[in-house]
Amino acid sequence: TPLVPPADPDLESKMNWGTFYAVISGVNRHSTGIGRIWLSVIFIFRILVLVVAAESVWGDEKSGFTCNTQQPGCNSVCYDQFFPISHIRLWALQLILVSTPALLVAMHVAHRRHIDKKIMKRSGRGSPKELEHIKNQKFQITGALWWTYMISIIFRIIFEVAFLYIFYLIYPDFKMVRLVKCDSYPCPNTVDCFVSRPTEKTIFTVFMLAVSGVCVLLNLAEVVYLIGRACKRCLRGSDDESKVPWISQRLSSYRQNEINQLIADHSLKSKFTVTKKSPTEKGERCSAF
Amino acid sequence: MSWPALYAQLVGANRHSTSLGKVWLSVLFIFRVMVLVVAAESVWGDEQSDFTCNTLQPGCENVCYDQFFPVSHIRLWCLQLVFVSTPTLLVAMYVGYRNHRDKQRLVQVCVNKSQEEELETLKKRRLPIAGALWWTYACSLVFRLLFEGGFMYALYVVYDGFQMPRLVQCDQWPCPNLVDCFISRPTEKTIFTVFMATASSICMVLNMAELAYLVAKAVTR
Repeated sequence: TPLVPPADPDLESKMNWGTFYAVISGVNRHSTGIGRIWLSVIFIFRILVLVVAAESVWGDEKSGFTCNTQQPGCNSVCYDQFFPISHIRLWALQLILVSTPALLVAMHVAHRRHIDKKIMKRSGRGSPKELEHIKNQKFQITGALWWTYMISIIFRIIFEVAFLYIFYLIYPDFKMVRLVKCDSYPCPNTVDCFVSRPTEKTIFTVFMLAVSGVCVLLNLAEVVYLIGRACKRCLRGSDDESKVPWISQRLSSYRQNEINQLIADHSLKSKFTVTKKSPTEKGERCSAF
Repeated sequence: MSWPALYAQLVGANRHSTSLGKVWLSVLFIFRVMVLVVAAESVWGDEQSDFTCNTLQPGCENVCYDQFFPVSHIRLWCLQLVFVSTPTLLVAMYVGYRNHRDKQRLVQVCVNKSQEEELETLKKRRLPIAGALWWTYACSLVFRLLFEGGFMYALYVVYDGFQMPRLVQCDQWPCPNLVDCFISRPTEKTIFTVFMATASSICMVLNMAELAYLVAKAVTR
């Protein structure tokens, strides 16, 4: 038994995966349908299974690892030789690294919102209601956001495949063996060492790898879908809005609104000053157009 | 009081940071605090109970463990994360002080309905990083860098590098002679030490970039 038991470790881990979930699922609003499915698969079939089931299977991996010798230290050394990094830690790192590219998209969306707000304030329409509208606005996945999204999916695929490869390098056989033979110092000769719960570990390893494969397929499908959508937009061609960069679209729409506002103001004024046509008014009318 | 509570505090102070500051906060919480709580703590969980020495002499294992591990990696990292997060609270305190001062001024100046609206905008506004706020922010960045560097150096010095050996030899009293002591999971510990050191360096690079950006902004002004 450890001398200083950690304070309710399950709750701590769950709390942190929980905060992680809150952070990542914020990106959900700007994802495609396949992206949302992918996120649910990650949280339900990987993180939840990891926390609720897999961690208890690997919980006694070191204490249950027994070698056929009384030589002190032989257990530790043989365990370290055959398990350089535990499956659980590899999966936790994989999940963290695979979920993080989604934050790139969140950052891009936040950046766009910030620019939107700035433009609104400059054109004098900074009322709280309009600012709220910007906060809740859902952006179309076009232009630079399309590229950010694409890059984030590609990074996801790269990280998944990299971790699968690392897994294959460290544990070439996905099956967990019952018995390993070890002869590092200080073991006196070649000793038999027995792994705890090998069958259960094999089952969970196969499950996690299968879900990992499913996630890679979902990501590939999303890439194909996004490319297909972009091609469809390109071919349609009549939509030249998509060719113009998003920011000049916004600026031109606000300028047009300003112009419309000026025209409305001026028409109101001219109703009450019919006879007086001062040169300044004439000047205003000209600049409005 | 735990990591999520600290996160809530820092996110509040984050509104007045630059974009690099926001990226830094995400890197801190996802790649350092999360990895610490979710993975690293279980690797070091049995560090003392599984520290075995090749002797039956009572007390020898305790003494040797204490000699080679004066402070555990996990505790050093927790302290590092707490110290590194605190300078942001300096900025939050300064913003709070400014808001308080402006509120008092507002109360004196206008005494009608528009006061409520103005108070609301005061609370929600985002101060530009200029003047005294610039200095506070720059100081907080410098302190962050100092703490990060200091703790990394301390870890390097106490453990003679980032690698964890499998075997250490110890001859403190009451060990009868030079005994072999075996450390549990040395490879996994080395992997996580290197990972945390890398994340720490990335955070330092982000802080330096942010400082350079602030200085450049001030110079152009």
